[in-house]
Amino acid sequence: MGAEFVALSLTPLLIGVLAAVTCALPGNFLLLRRQALIGDAISHVVLPGIVVAFLLTGRVAALPMMLGAAGAALVSVVLIEAVRRTARIEAGAAMGVIFTTLFAAGVLLLEQSDTSGVHLDVEHALYGNLESLIWLDATGWASLLDPVALSGLPPELPRMAVALLIVALSIAVMWRPLAIATFDEGFAATLGLPVRAIGLALVMLAALAAVAAFDAVGSIIVIAMFICPPAAARMMTDRLLAQAAWSVGFAILSAVLGYVLAGYGPLWLGFANSVSAAGMIATVSGLILGVTMMIGPCRRRAGGATVH
Amino acid sequence: MIWQALTLQLGYNATLVAIGATMLGIAAGVTGSFLFLRKRALVSDAVSHATLPGIGLAFIVMVALGGEGRFLPGLMLGAAVSSGLGLLVIGWMIRRTRLTEDAAIGAVLSVFFGAGIVILTVIQSMQAGRQAGLESVLLGSTAGMLRADALVIAAGGALVLLLVMLLRRPMLAVGFDPDFAAVTGTNVARIDLAMMGLVMAVTVLGITTVGLVLIVALLIIPAVTARLWTDNALRMVGLAGLAGGLAAFVGAAVSATAPALPTGPIIVLASFVLFVLSIALAPARGGVALLLRQMRFRRRVHRRQGLLALAAGQPIHEPFTLTLLAREGMARADGVPTEAGRIAAAKALLDEARWAALRGDPAQGLTASRYDGLTPIETVLTPDQIAELDRHLPRPQAVI
Repeated sequence: MGAEFVALSLTPLLIGVLAAVTCALPGNFLLLRRQALIGDAISHVVLPGIVVAFLLTGRVAALPMMLGAAGAALVSVVLIEAVRRTARIEAGAAMGVIFTTLFAAGVLLLEQSDTSGVHLDVEHALYGNLESLIWLDATGWASLLDPVALSGLPPELPRMAVALLIVALSIAVMWRPLAIATFDEGFAATLGLPVRAIGLALVMLAALAAVAAFDAVGSIIVIAMFICPPAAARMMTDRLLAQAAWSVGFAILSAVLGYVLAGYGPLWLGFANSVSAAGMIATVSGLILGVTMMIGPCRRRAGGATVH
Repeated sequence: MIWQALTLQLGYNATLVAIGATMLGIAAGVTGSFLFLRKRALVSDAVSHATLPGIGLAFIVMVALGGEGRFLPGLMLGAAVSSGLGLLVIGWMIRRTRLTEDAAIGAVLSVFFGAGIVILTVIQSMQAGRQAGLESVLLGSTAGMLRADALVIAAGGALVLLLVMLLRRPMLAVGFDPDFAAVTGTNVARIDLAMMGLVMAVTVLGITTVGLVLIVALLIIPAVTARLWTDNALRMVGLAGLAGGLAAFVGAAVSATAPALPTGPIIVLASFVLFVLSIALAPARGGVALLLRQMRFRRRVHRRQGLLALAAGQPIHEPFTLTLLAREGMARADGVPTEAGRIAAAKALLDEARWAALRGDPAQGLTASRYDGLTPIETVLTPDQIAELDRHLPRPQAVI
């Protein structure tokens, strides 16, 4: 539990925590605005963006891939809106048309292009490679203060930290208008707030979180973290700030518990191999949501009414 | 090669697979259109992702019992059980907690899929080699499909179609107006359950062909495509079946030509091509029709405004109006009206005057609300009503 932990588990654990929190923060607002499935759509369309960026540049580099993924997210938002308006159908169906098509195009591009030499495949896209983000240069806790070893940190860690910083700061800056527009869009509009721009900004923040996290941990965590921690937090409180705080707590708990269970759980049970950390983190977040749905103080609708 | 595949000349097995896929596509399109009318299209996304843990567990159980892990009916049973559980959880979350449907869908989708991934990695470490290709349920592959599997899929698709035929009336009633359906004695909850059961059946049948990540596309895209062509619900259901069957057939045939091509994405892209064609060409909602309507409307506005300008003796500066009037022989190129133009202009002015009189009469409010500056008044009023209206008009005046 010293050198080995720092080298093999510390960085994946940190990256998992950062990714979980980065997705959970905008997830709070998406959940309240009934746009929870936007996270689902975005995390699917990120794949073609990354593949196209790879085909254009010919290498697996962070910046072009982030740009490609962000571009794909933007394109999908525009396409969903276009389909919804021209075909005059509900948003859910329009979303279903676009994100499945873009994802299918991404898969086909990936299978048809020569990516055998690089680490890029559909399984990676779905459940990431959290376990492989190890810090080989570390020799123990002392390495945290050693500039040489620090320069060998997996690049996903600082990238994820920057993404979290941007997301957290943006939400903090936009907090009041975002909260008002989330709860009562009409009232926000009468106050003169740019509700459409606020909505778009939130979607772009979600896209940023999804793109950054996708690179490190795969789309399955992204979807789970957009929805489960905020939903669990909603069972605990009626106040937005408290909900955001709870969701961050639940996200951290899911990431840590999920990573530990995936890495060490099978060993405790006598199996030789660990299981997928991304899958386990998603599962743990679901279990947390399950518990809060059973006993959370605010789990019912206000007034005790049940719908339908 | 592709031509041979499309004309079913790639051998008995490939033909069987194509037929199985086509049946699946028809069943998916038809079932999906009821789901779409019920406005619950994305529930199918949760249903399909929730099959994964069941598939994995079924595999483990079958191997533990000493059987063949990839036995398709067994995997289908596991898939059905876990996606059924997912559906129950979604229903419970919506009823018992304050979460909305989209949150419930997303939560079930991601958590079940995550658990499924965990189970897949367990299988990988447990049974190295024997599980070879269980990942193919994610994106679908007809490459290694057995004859018996294709038959199971075709028969299952036919069964789903039969059930849809039997349930079409109550499902339509619930889709259009659940409250009215409930009042007229339909058990809405039970019909919803049956609809979800059918969706589940399609998903389970599709895991090997389309793959569970993309089967949702085969439920949604054909239905949306068909919706563009018609306002008649049953016709839409039929068209959706046609679109789904066509896409699935093309996808299965094309992917049979190259083993490396995953079937699911090709089927999805084929159905998207149909969707794009429809959104361009559909008669009422399509882009081309929209453009034509827009142009016709523009011509009518310009013609009317041009005639009114002629009647008022005002010069016309708008080139498009001038060209339009000149082409119809109403005015010369310099804007001077011809005899026909003077007659049409007088008629337009009279029309405006009659409309103005009509709109001045509070008793005629409803009829007057039809005024848009374009509609000839004869299409709204009877001749004797117009005669009555004309008695209140000012004396006829000379036009130009």
